[in-house]
Amino acid sequence: MKSYLLPQFLVDRDDYRCIRCEVCVRQCAFDVHWYDGEEDAVFADESKCVGCLRCVTLCPTNALVVRHNPTQHPPNANWTKEVLQNIYKQAETGGVLLTGMGCDKPYPIYWDRIVLDASQVTNPSIDPLREPMELRTYLGAKPDALKIGGKEGKLSLETRITPQLKLETPIMFSAISYGAISYNACESLARAAAEAGTYYNTGEGGLHRNLYKYGDHTICQVASGRFGVHADYLEVAAALEIKIGQGAKPGIGGHLPGEKVSAEISRTRMIPKGTDALSPAPHHDIYSIEDLAQLIYALKEATHWEKPVSVKIAAVHNSAAIASGMVRAGADIIALDGIRGGTGAAPTMIRDNVGIPIELALAAVDDRLRQEGIRNRASIVVAGGIRSSADVVKAIALGADAVYIGTAALVALGCHVCQKCYTGKCNWGIATQDPYLSKRLNPEVGARRLVNLLNAWSHEIMEMLGGMGINAIESLRGNRLRLRGVGLTQEELDILGIKHAGA
Amino acid sequence: MLREARFRDDKEFSGCSIFGMMNVRGERFNGEPVITAIANMKERSNGLGGGFAAYGIYPQYAELYCFHMMYDHQGAKEETEEFFRSRFEVEGAEVIPIRECEGVDDPPLLWRYFLRPRENLVCSEEDTDDFVVQAVMHVNVKIEGAFVFSSGKNMGVFKGVGFPEDIGRFFRLEEYEGYTWVAHGRFPTNTQGWWGGAHPFNILDWSVVHNGEISSYGINRRYLEMFGYICTLHTDTEVIAYGVDLLLRRHGLSIRDMARIFAAPLWTEIDRMPPREREVHTALRQTYGSLLLNGPFSVIISNRHQMIGLTDRIRLRPLVAGRNGDFMYISSEEAPIHLVDDTLRETWIPQGGEPIVAELRKAAEEPEEAGAQVITIPATDRA
Ligand code: SF4
Ligand code: SF4
Repeated sequence: MKSYLLPQFLVDRDDYRCIRCEVCVRQCAFDVHWYDGEEDAVFADESKCVGCLRCVTLCPTNALVVRHNPTQHPPNANWTKEVLQNIYKQAETGGVLLTGMGCDKPYPIYWDRIVLDASQVTNPSIDPLREPMELRTYLGAKPDALKIGGKEGKLSLETRITPQLKLETPIMFSAISYGAISYNACESLARAAAEAGTYYNTGEGGLHRNLYKYGDHTICQVASGRFGVHADYLEVAAALEIKIGQGAKPGIGGHLPGEKVSAEISRTRMIPKGTDALSPAPHHDIYSIEDLAQLIYALKEATHWEKPVSVKIAAVHNSAAIASGMVRAGADIIALDGIRGGTGAAPTMIRDNVGIPIELALAAVDDRLRQEGIRNRASIVVAGGIRSSADVVKAIALGADAVYIGTAALVALGCHVCQKCYTGKCNWGIATQDPYLSKRLNPEVGARRLVNLLNAWSHEIMEMLGGMGINAIESLRGNRLRLRGVGLTQEELDILGIKHAGA
Repeated sequence: MLREARFRDDKEFSGCSIFGMMNVRGERFNGEPVITAIANMKERSNGLGGGFAAYGIYPQYAELYCFHMMYDHQGAKEETEEFFRSRFEVEGAEVIPIRECEGVDDPPLLWRYFLRPRENLVCSEEDTDDFVVQAVMHVNVKIEGAFVFSSGKNMGVFKGVGFPEDIGRFFRLEEYEGYTWVAHGRFPTNTQGWWGGAHPFNILDWSVVHNGEISSYGINRRYLEMFGYICTLHTDTEVIAYGVDLLLRRHGLSIRDMARIFAAPLWTEIDRMPPREREVHTALRQTYGSLLLNGPFSVIISNRHQMIGLTDRIRLRPLVAGRNGDFMYISSEEAPIHLVDDTLRETWIPQGGEPIVAELRKAAEEPEEAGAQVITIPATDRA
């Protein structure tokens, strides 16, 4: 069948600059470029190009430009180019449209419509280069009140504090499974988390034995497929996370195709090599809130009540009520993943149409837990579209204890958000199991890039805190008076619990 | 002026002067020196608010909750009195005596009541305090035009719009005798004069005068709301007073623990502490991080037995302490202490976050304080 699809990208090669080094030929796993010896020229099959910019970045003479195909379909606000191309694709394959990364639709990004406050005159701003500035954050349930005994100088704590995660900066790496990403990407995340005093999350793919040494900085996920879940895995983790849902695909499971299940992945996930790894949509032992409570307590019991247990859900319409139930079911941490949260593979229609923006879910959940007087009983971690330190500051001021970053972390490793992670051909060595590709990502360099990112954001957060006259992150947490909305409706302001700028 | 008619800023911003004076033997003296002291810090206030809290002034009613009230209109008074009668035995009700005074205009109706909670409505001592707190919340939130200045026993708050020395004369404070006095002069930047907005702020026995601007106000307030405190005034002072009530009365923590929460040591300091101390400090910050008062403040917190001075953890606002025999002083500046006590030699400047605690000696034997076993903070003797 002749394909009616147009190439998404055009590859322009400046023949005068091209030195026929064939870097592009070797770098493109999508086989776009080839060298014709007879003509001594490099050609491109643009229909295969995904726009990952690997060839462009590595071309030593800047001979390449990859640009969006400007060809116009007949103008139509309804039947857009994207809609038509999707239909052609499905007419040719009969399949579900697949994609990777997070929703790319222009839903409002509330972070960009919220501005921050700063001190002027009535209180001094604080210079973080000269004064202490504290970002340390503890995640976990906090008691309603403390009882302290003993005498001054010999105090003793009489209230038992349940296990906490100690973060030196309120940023963690989101759940991304070994399988969705390469071993080298996992190792980069693990090393960076350990070095920066924070945590990364295994996702649902188990934990490779070589990475057990970073266990103190690892949150091990227990998902519906239970891949790689065994006693050692639970034991080695700093915290456990029950994954109920994911912002990119709320309500549906996962599917790691058999081609990606290499020997190492098979051992880590405890499934036969080459078989598809299917995560069911729900946990088949959780059909209700009390079932969740049982799993939470089973995990706590299995780990001698030494680790906090997080529960991750996708942000959906009733997140507030659900979160309240989760806290009452014993969750120490509530992880909320918004509609812009990333994924290795998801049906496009689900990714782009199910779930709600994280900002609104966060505000609603924080409010609800406060109204019910149980906000202290769980920490809130938000994920799904945190792009910068300013987003982190706004999330914390709205009520989050910390954030998870996934896409931003992968971008630090080289990801160009081409959204083709599900193909397994990631030219940046991230979303692939092909050893030829994954060796492009050196874990030592990867870890350095991630630590640099965390350091840079932490410095920026300190600057913003100092500007507000605050020297500890806990004084920002939930402090919505330091936020103002710009161009938001009254309803949006009410949900976010902030005033409009100027008011 | 109606509360609602004021500006709709997040809260009020103000700079201020604070002064506190206590006779630790419980010997009583009149309000004159305190007026003199606060007048000496005139450039720290701008005539938009001044006030005093005095302890020990109603020994004949030491057992009763004394409510100092302001009303915008007669209707508010009637509604409030009806509410009082439904909850309390009203043992006394009178106009608070005043004199005409230049610089003090348009006073509201000012009344005081001596109240005993109806026995069929409360069971235990602790319940009584909660019962009174709820009554205060009810009046402040539900009754338009009524506001409770103070609600403690054997004490009262006198405050209004004007320079503090004028307010002191207006209320004839030289005619009262107390053993602890605290005073406040205000420099608000964004408030129209509203008498209820002046300091001290009070709940039960606790009074707070405060100089500063708390950058963490938004979360302090939301945290307290979780415990049923409704912040009607939009002032830092109110938040501090409720925080004190929560930590000391309801959670039974000590004054030092409270200081460790309001002005928490830095993590780098905590990390260097011996293990048990580190554990306590870490738990305090983990549990009560939302009550850390971030940003510049100095504050005097007082009750019937204590007067406590505290500054923020990096000491962005001034505070001086002084002692001369039985007299303890806490002040924004040193000069007024010497002005009222010219034989005083001993003054010092506390570290940021280090509380100054002046305590009544042998509080339990105080003659007027027959009910002194009603110490609202069981944990204080630990200190
Ligand atoms: S897929 Fe990537 S590497 Fe291949 S041609 Fe396109 S931009 Fe270059
Ligand atoms: S991880 Fe790789 S495949 Fe996925 S979006 Fe990034 S560059 Fe593309």
